[in-house]
Amino acid sequence: MQYVSPVREPLITSGKTYHDVTQDICYQVEAAPNIRWMGALGVALVLLGVFFYSVYRTLWFGIGEWGLNKTVGWAWDITNFVWWVGIGHAGTLISAVLLLFRQKWRSSINRAAEAMTIFAVICAAMFPVLHMGRPWLAFYVFPLQNTLGSLWANFNSPLLWDVFAISTYFTVSLVFWYTGLVPDFATIRDRAKGKIAKFSYSMLSMGWTGSAKHWSRYETVSLILAGVSTPLVLSVHTIVSMDFATSVVPGWHTTIFPPYFVAGAIFSGFAMVLTLMLITRVVFKLEDYITLEHIALMNKIMMVTGSIVGVAYITEFFIAWYSQVEYEQYAFINRATGPYWWAYLGMMSCNVLSPQFVWIRRIRYSITMTFILSIIVNIGMWFERFVIIVTSLHRDYLPSSWAMFSPTRIDVGVYVGTIGLFFTLFLLFAKFFPVINMAEVKTILKYTVNDGPTYGGANDGSRTPSRNTSPVPHATPGVPASAPVNYDKQND
Amino acid sequence: MTSPALTAAPVSTAPAASSSTKRFALGIFDDEDTLLHAVDNVRAAGVKIYDVFSPYPVHGIDDALGIERSRLPIAAFFYGMCGLAFALWMQIYMLGFDWPMIIGGKPNIALPAFIPVSFELTVFFTCHGMVITFYTISKLYPRFKTPVLDVRSTDDKFVMAILLDEQSSQMPQLTQLLRENGASEVNQKEMTKF
Repeated sequence: MQYVSPVREPLITSGKTYHDVTQDICYQVEAAPNIRWMGALGVALVLLGVFFYSVYRTLWFGIGEWGLNKTVGWAWDITNFVWWVGIGHAGTLISAVLLLFRQKWRSSINRAAEAMTIFAVICAAMFPVLHMGRPWLAFYVFPLQNTLGSLWANFNSPLLWDVFAISTYFTVSLVFWYTGLVPDFATIRDRAKGKIAKFSYSMLSMGWTGSAKHWSRYETVSLILAGVSTPLVLSVHTIVSMDFATSVVPGWHTTIFPPYFVAGAIFSGFAMVLTLMLITRVVFKLEDYITLEHIALMNKIMMVTGSIVGVAYITEFFIAWYSQVEYEQYAFINRATGPYWWAYLGMMSCNVLSPQFVWIRRIRYSITMTFILSIIVNIGMWFERFVIIVTSLHRDYLPSSWAMFSPTRIDVGVYVGTIGLFFTLFLLFAKFFPVINMAEVKTILKYTVNDGPTYGGANDGSRTPSRNTSPVPHATPGVPASAPVNYDKQND
Repeated sequence: MTSPALTAAPVSTAPAASSSTKRFALGIFDDEDTLLHAVDNVRAAGVKIYDVFSPYPVHGIDDALGIERSRLPIAAFFYGMCGLAFALWMQIYMLGFDWPMIIGGKPNIALPAFIPVSFELTVFFTCHGMVITFYTISKLYPRFKTPVLDVRSTDDKFVMAILLDEQSSQMPQLTQLLRENGASEVNQKEMTKF
């Protein structure tokens, strides 16, 4: 039996009971949408409109609608792709890596973080597909036989690896997320009053009853999914970085890229998780579930990964000098002092300096400061990808081919549009799905109970029925402690 | 605590109401710790527990109920190996035999370059194979209506279900046994489809 320390701080505050958890989390699913949610959805839908318009222009008139030229063939599109994929990584880190490390505080945030992963990957996938110019031929990326003969895909290309990595990552994350949602859908189903709600949540919950055998298998499945997702998430950004690292462009052709990209991905992902969680906890009144302790812990991860990214920036510079390769040296000097110096300055100050403020305890526990920092980090990580992609491409080996890149309105529109797409999906998720994993949160409610469990395993000889160790007695207003079956329905 | 009436149910003489109707005694518990002790004691009394329904995974209940360790990890490993074999076969066959092309002067079968796709497909097969197996063997699929013994078992109650015979003759003894072991209520429920 696991030893439970009596000195631990509770992970969920206000002495919630199991029923309180159900009530608090199901509330936003069952209640009518509130005005703030409607307002936010309105803004997100406007941005989604911008997305559809920009995509229409891109498809109708072609990639010429973007600011690309012969020298800078990859710019905002790939910047946005890497940015979104990176954001997605924090969700898998929380749901898989922290599960393997038994970080129980993850329970309150993993559901929303996984949703963020899935929506971020959807946004990311838009860019390579649109950049193809003819997205209706997107199936060319799969190893299907060519109509003229058996010409297959090129398995030596990192761009093809990307196809496999991103599609595996997306489907695995989706399945992991959905399997975790099934028991919570069952809770909503058993509380549902309306016909449509009953039907839809019954379909979604796949007939889950909470049987002991099912839970046993469910835990096995979660553990193995976490086990395979952990190397998967590392491989995805490694492969994304190889899109650059296997080329011969100065500034890209470096072996440090895989770890550097993975650290950057987790860094930006945690910043986005913080941004979303800080909003969610206020809008849905989840302060007891997503506590200041959670915010401080996420801040610490952000600081550590931010520092790794900082070290990577400096290492790149050192290696450029140490390599004695003229082109490599110029690429880095040009980044810092060339025409895009402002992007470099933005990247350095947002990513290297700003997370260092988290060393100060008051900032780590401050909601306002955390929110500001998380936005700054998101901006900084976008600049990082812009710096890597555009400044490396715009001046490489041949000075006669040097060029500048400036985005068009459509470039901006597609980018801002994907933010709209992301928030539309996230807001719909937050309204119709439980934003916190109720079943998992219930397992950690008694994390700190002093007179903890008396059960020491099957047939241990201690056969005395224990007292009820609930932190506080069942005290939900209007529901008696031994309520009859279907009490929720009788209260109508 | 063991009584002969519990272990040997009397032979039924009345005609069955419906062959698919099942009767359950439901012991409702408020706490996982009480439940675990109760599972031990009820089994020690010689009563067969049909199933236990809980709002979250109760650790230790597998051992208490005698549920065998899941063999899903073995299945997962098998699926992973299938994925790896498929990925290697696909890449070697396509680039090495079916349509060999010289790409950057590299060998046709460039195994180091095949690692990423092989890894991703291993993970893909492991995950989806295992999850499909999980849903299939657990008989979990979308349903119009889900039969539940007690709706509170997905909220805050732990429900121990014991199958009764057609006259529910064990009910009084079971009620007493469950009450003694900390059940906050004991109910009887009939299910036509379960």
